[in-house]
Amino acid sequence: MKILKSIILIIFILLPLKLHALIEVDITRGNLNPLPIAVSALYSDKETTENLKKEIKIDQIGDEISKVIENNLKATGLFNPLEKKAFLQKPDVAHLKPRFEDWSLIKAQALITGKVEFKDDKVRVEFRLWDVLAAREMLALAFTTVPNNWRRIGHIISDKIYERLTGEKGYFDTRIIYVSEKGPKTQRVKKLAIMDQDGFNTKYLTLGNELVLTPRFNPTNQMVTYLSYFKNLPRVYLLDIETGIQEVVGDFPGMTFAPRFSPDGKKIIMSFAKDGNSDIYTMNLENRIVERITNHPSIDTSPSYSPDGKFITFNSDRSGYQQIYVMKSDGSKVKRISFGNGLYGTPVWSPRGDLIAFTKLHKGKFYIGVMRTDGTGERLLTENYYQEAPSWSPNGRVLIFYRETKSNSDGEGFSAKLWSIDLTGYNERQVITETDASDPSWSSLLSN
Amino acid sequence: MIFKKSTYNLILASIFALLLSACAQKAAKIDSQIQGDVYTGTDTVEYLADGVPDRVFFATNESVLTTASRDTLRKQAAWLRKNSDINVVLEGHADERGTREYNLALGERRANAAKDYLMTYGISENRISVISYGKERPVDSGSNPLAWSKNRRSVTVKAN
Repeated sequence: MKILKSIILIIFILLPLKLHALIEVDITRGNLNPLPIAVSALYSDKETTENLKKEIKIDQIGDEISKVIENNLKATGLFNPLEKKAFLQKPDVAHLKPRFEDWSLIKAQALITGKVEFKDDKVRVEFRLWDVLAAREMLALAFTTVPNNWRRIGHIISDKIYERLTGEKGYFDTRIIYVSEKGPKTQRVKKLAIMDQDGFNTKYLTLGNELVLTPRFNPTNQMVTYLSYFKNLPRVYLLDIETGIQEVVGDFPGMTFAPRFSPDGKKIIMSFAKDGNSDIYTMNLENRIVERITNHPSIDTSPSYSPDGKFITFNSDRSGYQQIYVMKSDGSKVKRISFGNGLYGTPVWSPRGDLIAFTKLHKGKFYIGVMRTDGTGERLLTENYYQEAPSWSPNGRVLIFYRETKSNSDGEGFSAKLWSIDLTGYNERQVITETDASDPSWSSLLSN
Repeated sequence: MIFKKSTYNLILASIFALLLSACAQKAAKIDSQIQGDVYTGTDTVEYLADGVPDRVFFATNESVLTTASRDTLRKQAAWLRKNSDINVVLEGHADERGTREYNLALGERRANAAKDYLMTYGISENRISVISYGKERPVDSGSNPLAWSKNRRSVTVKAN
């Protein structure tokens, strides 16, 4: 966690960006023709390579950074990184001035080149994005940081490229917090874990001594809220992942659960269960004032704020079955929005504000879907035996969720894994984790 | 040859009959353990004392106590009245076919249904605490209706 604090990112604009729209990637449709892109290894001279090898035990830093970029772009489903073996031009020459004919010959439409330098214990990484068909540069930036941050540089470059080519913010310089799972189903050991969005740099934040569930990021800083059964009392906790300091949220005489932050990060919204009834409460983290938001004899839980903080979506069984509702953030004007067949739960408001993602249970199958905030336009993205708990990428284009498989009476066949899917319903893929995993939550962009 | 063939048929027929009856027995076994979606078997049940079962079972998505559950809880209440130094924790659980957070609330609601019933039978509120485990602590790992019915439960556990 110290790395985050010590990071120094200096961005130079190498060239003024007077550019017309050149290549564009349309991300609003499922992209069945991903853009062919060549990611050349970033060039570094012999001395730099040797020094960095000593410093951080990485043989070919430029090559490794280019792999981070390739993997990120590939995972979006929008880009098709081409095989490096087919490249005709060497990285150093290409970075100075690409021979565009050589790159169009292998069908690349975009090209990324770059250079790594090592001076005064800092690495300086510059890259250029080229439009091959128009034969011109689209973007050129440089970053300086400590060598250990080299993967983050790869993510930040990926974000800049994604933004330049799609017109939307990227989501690569982000992390996922989730629950790591091990052991038999009847005695599952669960720990909080955090990793980079691409599955690297996994760290475990709890030891597994007590059951932990549903971690969620504060959208404005490195705080996390989650449910812990510490001392066998299920309570909402607040954890600072930089210092490791944690505290109970509020002083409730019973179970608190289903926590999330408000968009400004200043409140936690959660459920409090008492005498068989769960209602929604908020606690202001600055003045510790607790407010009751719903007051109904049904189960009201899984609350999530709209990005402007003015509304809350939640699920309730007040109609007899679990359905999705929207209300104003003071609890007034409660309105049911889900009316399809089946049960609806875990609503989460998109960071763009226009959609609510949810879990649906219908005829023994679980679906992840989205609907507009008034409940119209329901679209089911994926169907499976069991899956739930979608969380949005910070740009609102991708959902991450977890999926469980069936097991026999001995628990054989059971697994819990993280998956992601594009908002269009295309590009479903497993997010690889070191252990079984559930309850993913996506952070905001770490840098902008 | 003819004789042999008929013997062969006879063997086939008896194997078939055996298989059928095995199937029927299996179906009957499950039937006798679930009534209207509620587990009525005793596989997982433990006893607080002789004749005092420790748990009650629920239908899918329900927290209503069945006749059998009320009977069990009256036995628990009688036992608790006799053993006034014992406190209990009611642990509410749900099956795996629901979202995690809703199931936490459902487990809490189930345990409280049991608590309310014990209180009507004279057990003081301060002797009973409640905890929900949602779907986190199944007794049966299986992904099938019988396993799920065993997992939809409230278990009374001695606290001291």
